[in-house]
Amino acid sequence: MSLVQIQQIQATGKKYWRSLNELANTAEFRSWVEKEFPGGTDILEGDSRRNILKLMAASFGLAGMAACSRPVEKVMPMTKGVEDLIPGKPLYYNTVFSLSKNVIGITVESHDGRPTKVEGNPNHPLSRGKATGYAQASILNLYDPERTYQVTQGHRESSWEKWDKFVETDLSPERLGKGTGVRVVTETIVSPALMEVKKAFLARYQEAKWIEYDAVNDAGSVAASRAVYGQPLQPHYHYDKADVVVSLDSDFLGLDSPSPAVVNDFSKRRKVENPKDEMNRLYVVESQFSVTGAMADHRVRSKASDIEGFAAALARELGVLADLNVLSGASDKAQKALMAIVRDLKKSAGKSIVIAGPRQSVRAHALALMINQALGNVGATVTFTPALYEEQGDSFAQLVQDINAQRVNTILMLGGNPVFRATRGEKIYAAFEQIKNRVFLGFDNNETAAQSNWILPEAYYLEAWGDARASDGTASIQQPLIQPLHGGRSVLEVTAQLAGYKLRKGYDIVKDYWTAQWPAAERESRWRKSLHDGVIAGTQLQAVKPAYDAKKVSLPPAANKISGAEVVFVQSWSMYDGRFANNAWMQETPDPMTKVVWDNAALISPATAKKLGLVDGDMLKLTVGGRSMEAAALVQPGQADDSVTLPIGWGRVEVGRVGRGTGFNANIIRTTDNKHISPVEISKGTGTYQLVTTQEHHSMEGRPIVREAPIEEYRKEPEFAKEMVEAPDESIYGWWDYSKGNQWGMAIDLNACIGCNACLVACQSENNIPSVGKDQVSRGREMHWIRLDRYYSGDADDAEAVLQPLPCMQCENAPCESVCPVAATTHSPEGLNDMAYNRCVGTRYCLNNCPYKVRRFNFLNYHKEMPEMEHMASNPDVTVRMRGVMEKCTYCVQRIQEKKIQAKLEGHRELRDGEIQTACQQTCPADAIVFGNINDPESAVSKLKSQPRNYALLAEVNTRPRTTYLARLRNPNPELETPHAEVKHG
Amino acid sequence: MPLFSKKHDLIARTITALLGVGALGGAAAYTYLSHPKVIDVGYQPKQPVPYSHKLHAGNLGMDCFYCHNTVEKAAHAAIPSTETCMNCHVRVKPQSPLLAPIRDSYAANKSMEWVKVHKLPDYVFFNHSAHINAGVSCVSCHGRVDQMIEVKQVQPLSMGWCLECHRNPAANLRPVELVTRLDWKPDRDPVEIGREIIAEKKIAPPVQCSGCHR
Repeated sequence: MSLVQIQQIQATGKKYWRSLNELANTAEFRSWVEKEFPGGTDILEGDSRRNILKLMAASFGLAGMAACSRPVEKVMPMTKGVEDLIPGKPLYYNTVFSLSKNVIGITVESHDGRPTKVEGNPNHPLSRGKATGYAQASILNLYDPERTYQVTQGHRESSWEKWDKFVETDLSPERLGKGTGVRVVTETIVSPALMEVKKAFLARYQEAKWIEYDAVNDAGSVAASRAVYGQPLQPHYHYDKADVVVSLDSDFLGLDSPSPAVVNDFSKRRKVENPKDEMNRLYVVESQFSVTGAMADHRVRSKASDIEGFAAALARELGVLADLNVLSGASDKAQKALMAIVRDLKKSAGKSIVIAGPRQSVRAHALALMINQALGNVGATVTFTPALYEEQGDSFAQLVQDINAQRVNTILMLGGNPVFRATRGEKIYAAFEQIKNRVFLGFDNNETAAQSNWILPEAYYLEAWGDARASDGTASIQQPLIQPLHGGRSVLEVTAQLAGYKLRKGYDIVKDYWTAQWPAAERESRWRKSLHDGVIAGTQLQAVKPAYDAKKVSLPPAANKISGAEVVFVQSWSMYDGRFANNAWMQETPDPMTKVVWDNAALISPATAKKLGLVDGDMLKLTVGGRSMEAAALVQPGQADDSVTLPIGWGRVEVGRVGRGTGFNANIIRTTDNKHISPVEISKGTGTYQLVTTQEHHSMEGRPIVREAPIEEYRKEPEFAKEMVEAPDESIYGWWDYSKGNQWGMAIDLNACIGCNACLVACQSENNIPSVGKDQVSRGREMHWIRLDRYYSGDADDAEAVLQPLPCMQCENAPCESVCPVAATTHSPEGLNDMAYNRCVGTRYCLNNCPYKVRRFNFLNYHKEMPEMEHMASNPDVTVRMRGVMEKCTYCVQRIQEKKIQAKLEGHRELRDGEIQTACQQTCPADAIVFGNINDPESAVSKLKSQPRNYALLAEVNTRPRTTYLARLRNPNPELETPHAEVKHG
Repeated sequence: MPLFSKKHDLIARTITALLGVGALGGAAAYTYLSHPKVIDVGYQPKQPVPYSHKLHAGNLGMDCFYCHNTVEKAAHAAIPSTETCMNCHVRVKPQSPLLAPIRDSYAANKSMEWVKVHKLPDYVFFNHSAHINAGVSCVSCHGRVDQMIEVKQVQPLSMGWCLECHRNPAANLRPVELVTRLDWKPDRDPVEIGREIIAEKKIAPPVQCSGCHR
């Protein structure tokens, strides 16, 4: 039967023929035959009988084509509609994310009832619409298939009912009496409702002890204000008002950043629009090379244990305290820097900030406070509110003592992972097993669960009701976005049960706690408003002005100097304290300075490495007080000599498949006395280890990729950045007319970007970017669409660094478009370089031709191994790419289209500037990335592009990128020599 | 010296040629036969309940938007929930055996399993609301659904077919109020009406890849 005849039959509208599937289906064919021939052929007209026979014949012939019909797909609507829920249209809910004491308000996007993306809450004063990398990655934690899903007793399956019974019988006042042997261990409590329930618990068991333990602890600042002002106060630093900032081992832009608001404030003073603008000046004194150090105009390398002495010298020079020891053993460089800093601070009295980092001693913090006081900064750039969170003190050490002395019969570990995060200087395991009731309510089957006889699944913060209070007092309700996936309960609910609290469900407890404080008539409306806004109005604390009396200050004694090598324990950029070990996004997020993924490394300076004869990857042995561990060494330019930086939170043993075998556990050599800085013996270890970095190269190969200059140079020659290369302006094809309609462009301010990687994680979350694993990253196959390149300059010992985010440049004259053999990448009339994944055949010519190397190829089917549950984290508005397909940054085209369609629905109006925000732009705490319409001269991006600092990357290749950069400026003190007085080329 | 005799050489060449033609012919046949206009047009699957649009939308005059209520605001034109059916059928024909699956679904709170008729590949992101708002009627893509006893796909919905309209939308646009009037016939030249709408609403359907592929 010819194809033409098939067509004719189709045209006559005979139903059965169209569906080849039905034809091949024997049963269907049968029923058709039976229906069509009920009493013979006289029902059929004329020659249609011949048609039927033709059909019959052809159906057998083409039965093989049946498989070519598509498979049956079902559509399953809800039985009863849910108000506001439109399938496919996301909803947004405000909640709050807390990490130790750092609380930020977040807005979570929810697709069809499951949370898929975290953004910052613009209403929250500490987040200002920005979310940190940790908050973004927490989505994947929610869907971690290796979470605790089962109540377990004695390593056997149990149930919540059995637990409830156990509480009634064994964990009751009848059994436990006054609670003499009861200990509760939690993370720092930032939840006012939980504090209330805790009070009820301690009222029930009056002799029980409640320990709040955090591996990452900022005790110094509160204890210091006790020493200096006689009351516990929380300092707040207003970087937007400061002309000079001196950081004493405080990575306040990075690891030690309390909130995105701090970064936002600081970057406001770095944005120089024209040569007349002033810029702030940042001095950093630190041992490791942090991102704050990369932003610094002057960086003094110093062992962390010497920084207290530096603070003391600074205090003495500023007349704060007399009779202090001179900064002994300091290099000439450090001396000179000190004097220059002193002069600079005196010039900007009342407009400066001196801040000590959390790893420094209480004395260093106190000295910093006193210096701020002397400079008149208090009340201007440094303000105080009453401290909400007390220092941990030695409660954990006391707990360990109690356990070893067998005074504990019941230990309730609610949340966190105290067994892993505890400093292991103390031996607790043997005694631990003798505790009768060891209960752990936790996120995963971690080290603490392994030691417990009751394991209870914890509801993650996205699944549970709660609240949190930030350090400035702003309180927010934490509302769940999804039912607990594994039937878990929150810390609040379990504590309420153990305390015999009047209410048991999280919702009831939180609502009751807050509404009880409001007048009856306003309760419902204020509750709703708090949920809607994400902040509870009226909770932010007012600043207090403490009275200062120099004579009443009780300065703690100076710490002993560490004459030999020291080890500095820092929290990990990606792991924090270990809680993100099974989170693939975080494992693959490179450390901003070392660019190491899937591991931590012991960072040593080039001089120390030379002394020990070590190179990258060699094992380094660290011994503290008889305990030792080995870690892979990494030579870090700019690291202080005789100082080893070792991130904590790695080397976990009881962890899922993602976190297994990653990194080295620093807690083994960490003690409660020397939690942050410790004397250490370093020696060469055994063997080598493969450390994988995403950036092998440190240099720019002679091309001006990152363009920076001292601000004086900029003032003399504002267009220095553009003038570094000669950009051709011709094309043999002629140029496309981009003068009409929306034309999308982006400007990235290198002066603002701190390199925190929040944009990287946000992009990964928004665009369904897979994690590929350590082995694939070692082959250069990481899939991040935006990467941060870090370039060092100067000599290896005293390096400077600049970080540059690199998404797809969306070139107008794209080299990738002209070489695609199947036209899978084309240019849109709005200036975007489009990628049609279904057309791509994987020649990778486009990747080859891209001078920026921003394209990513799916060498393997990276989504194949992804567990079912993690699919729930995917964004349904973006295609999931399979093996053999090229992908790259799309300027979040799904967001562009969404907003364009929304504008059409709202009466075909024009789009407003700032309405479309790319994922990277939305979360950047420094507002370094600006996206918008370059055809609109009033848009933020147009204004940035018209600044003299603006330059295009690799403009000499004539790609005409839509993403341009604003050159980096440094503001060196004219008294101090910088290693790079003139403009560098890498 | 030639390897084979002239006769064998001729046989070999003929067979190769025939295989080549056969392969090309097969490829052409396969390409043609796997095109949406062959495979998808006319797809009329059996549904769990013999819901007749002809009865409800045609004879009873129910508006498309009553059931497919999200189509003006969202990308998906939602198949109605069981509750929407029960709005009437709790009283209308409450004992009908044909409606038993609906009643069971409502009682047991278990979704109805309708068979999807119009399906686009996963890498295509189609937005109904943009089209409705521009003035594209349901009939342009779905045909006279109000005359269908069983829903049938009448248009191929292939990329080429979509681009035909995207490149020249004037013929398929009408005032938004008339979008669900599937039997509407314009009183004057439809292209002229379309052109007016394009000018008034500044309609510019995307023809670049990112318009639909994200």
